[in-house]
Amino acid sequence: MDRFKRTPIAEQPPKVRSHNFKEVCLGYTEEEAVAEAKRCLNCKNPQCMTKCPVSVNIPEFIHEIAEGNFAEAAKVLAKYTALPAVCGRVCPQESQCESKCVLGNKGDAVAIGKLERFAADWAREHNIEVATAKEKNGHKVAVIGSGPAGITCAGDLAKEGYDVTIYEALHKPGGVLVYGIPEFRLPKDTVVKHEIENLKKLGVKIETNVIVGRTITIDDLFEKGNYDAVFIGSGAGLPKFMGIPGENYNGVFSANEFLTRNNLMKAFKDEYDTPIKVGKKVAVVGGGNVAMDAARTAKRLGAEVWIVYRRSEEELPARVEEVHHAKEEGINFELLTNPIEIVGDEKGWVKGIKCVRMKLGEPDKSGRRRPEPIEGSEFEFEVDTVIMALGTSPNPLIPSTTKGLEVDKRKCIVADESGKTSREGVFAGGDAVTGAATVILAMGAGKEAAAAIDKYIKSKYTN
Amino acid sequence: MYKIVDKKNLAPNIFSMDILAPRVAQSAQPGQFVIVIADEKGERVPLTICDYDTEKGTVTIVVQSTGCSTKKMAQYNVGDYFEDFVGPLGQPSEYVNEDINELKKKKVLFVAGGVGTAPVYPQARWFHERGIDVDVIIGAKTKELVILEEKMREVAGNLYVATDDGSYGFKGMVTNLIEDLVKNQGKKYDFIVCIGPMIMMKFVCKLTKELGIKTIVSLNPIMVDGTGMCGACRVSVGNETKFACVDGPEFDGHLVNFDEALRRQTQYKSEESEKGGQHVCKCQQGGAK
Repeated sequence: MDRFKRTPIAEQPPKVRSHNFKEVCLGYTEEEAVAEAKRCLNCKNPQCMTKCPVSVNIPEFIHEIAEGNFAEAAKVLAKYTALPAVCGRVCPQESQCESKCVLGNKGDAVAIGKLERFAADWAREHNIEVATAKEKNGHKVAVIGSGPAGITCAGDLAKEGYDVTIYEALHKPGGVLVYGIPEFRLPKDTVVKHEIENLKKLGVKIETNVIVGRTITIDDLFEKGNYDAVFIGSGAGLPKFMGIPGENYNGVFSANEFLTRNNLMKAFKDEYDTPIKVGKKVAVVGGGNVAMDAARTAKRLGAEVWIVYRRSEEELPARVEEVHHAKEEGINFELLTNPIEIVGDEKGWVKGIKCVRMKLGEPDKSGRRRPEPIEGSEFEFEVDTVIMALGTSPNPLIPSTTKGLEVDKRKCIVADESGKTSREGVFAGGDAVTGAATVILAMGAGKEAAAAIDKYIKSKYTN
Repeated sequence: MYKIVDKKNLAPNIFSMDILAPRVAQSAQPGQFVIVIADEKGERVPLTICDYDTEKGTVTIVVQSTGCSTKKMAQYNVGDYFEDFVGPLGQPSEYVNEDINELKKKKVLFVAGGVGTAPVYPQARWFHERGIDVDVIIGAKTKELVILEEKMREVAGNLYVATDDGSYGFKGMVTNLIEDLVKNQGKKYDFIVCIGPMIMMKFVCKLTKELGIKTIVSLNPIMVDGTGMCGACRVSVGNETKFACVDGPEFDGHLVNFDEALRRQTQYKSEESEKGGQHVCKCQQGGAK
């Protein structure tokens, strides 16, 4: 065995998977997982852990896999993360844990994410109970939003014995895991549903169809609900548009709309009522994971797809794996290209997109080289659908209906590192605080906030 | 699951249903709407609130069965349950926050078209409860499609009915009636609230702009989540893009780009014929708002 070479993992072939919504990556077999786990050097001073937002003891769980103790591996993971099967699939390991693996200096880093996924999947398939809750301590906490931040915060507090209720605005729990990330990257009925079930087993109650700020308010939670603390994990749900001419033509969608129709409302399945419009030629504007998800979804629905991104391949914010998969599936990339107008026909439907070529200038505040238009390089290409995947911002509803809750210029809730906000007893974390980021960062924030809430309530009742 | 505790047939293919949803009933205000999902595979259908009863914990919705989702909903009976019911959504009507003494000095006209009569009722009632009698026009194609007339009469000052074919009340469009009231009968209004089909709101706004009367409209574009997430409901208001679900649904009608809004409503019309197999109906009708 070559210690510096990663154990290959099975995937659906690109030509097959670009016509279905089944998961792309098929996961390791037991033998493959053991072989990959044995590559881990079990470093005395493991650097991988330093890059994990929830500080999973990575060598420990990998060691259990190497020994064939798969249930133990899952239990190690459960100490640190409420969503190992999710994180193993969607975390950007290449820029976090795996980026620090010493094997990476000479060859391939250990496939930490794929092993995490293996252990979590194995435990699920073998019905292993991984987490238990302490006896109820009689204190109530309300969690707003059932995405990664809310799930993590609720899970950690329930384990500590708190009586936790999650309020979710949509009709299904899971937040971005359900409406945003497609089935082919994160299966809903197996993986996500199971994680939610685990939460319920810990005693967490989930109330769907409750919009905090409309159906009830944070004041109601304190006054009528007798909650001791509230955690806001309401995410960043509002889509951005470019503000270019033609954006309201029929056939221009936000990635949020397109993905919500397909993922949450299951429009890709004939027996569901919600329609989806994909057209024959689709331009997806943006270069993040959401852009890749929208592009690959459109491809699966039968369209020819172009990603339009203003910087070069190197700056694509999407994970390398997602870009690689998209390319394999036949997604076209128009890089260093920026839309300037959407062109419509006489009935107001999209018929093309006008773009300008870009070049990279001096680095901007983000450290990335600033894209600048090349004069006279304007061109138009024919599409009938445009999907805008330009990022999202937090929903202002909760701050606007909660007195004393401070927000910053970007309408993000102001919270310190522990999640404490300007209002007593109210904590916040995840995209609602940071603006659109990753699943694992939101989970990290949910975890920090759970610890801070525990401390807050305990000190309130002991003084 | 949300229980249907009462159902009435208001007109051919138009039903009212009382849904048990205490939290929504408690928080609802004039101008707001709800989203209803009939069953597990159903669409999220936005519907206006026709009435709410905080004591009984019920919210009344009115459904016109025109699309596949609303046809599905119309088949539900008392004792059945809808899968999901969420709200109240959107901003309450602007006047709710106005100084009540200022409001009392104003003359207000409500113009309701078809099932748009349903959301006008709680608004007229809101004024009535505060000692203000508003004038109301109910417009419909023909007599049997006039709904909620008796309920409306209890809360309105003057109630006028207009039918396109003249089978009941004034013969003609609501625009003809507004013109008649203002030009011939010397009525003066400080503002108008107009709720009905998009095309009706367009022509009412065209007229009231000429007459110089401020007009509020309630828009019913395509929506998915109804909470600001999808942007399907975007509408141009005074050259700014707004999301009807969170910025509206009520806007200054003289600033709304109705031609764009009408066009955007047709976005999913062709999907109906494209769907193969046994489930051919994926039409988005937006429901009975």
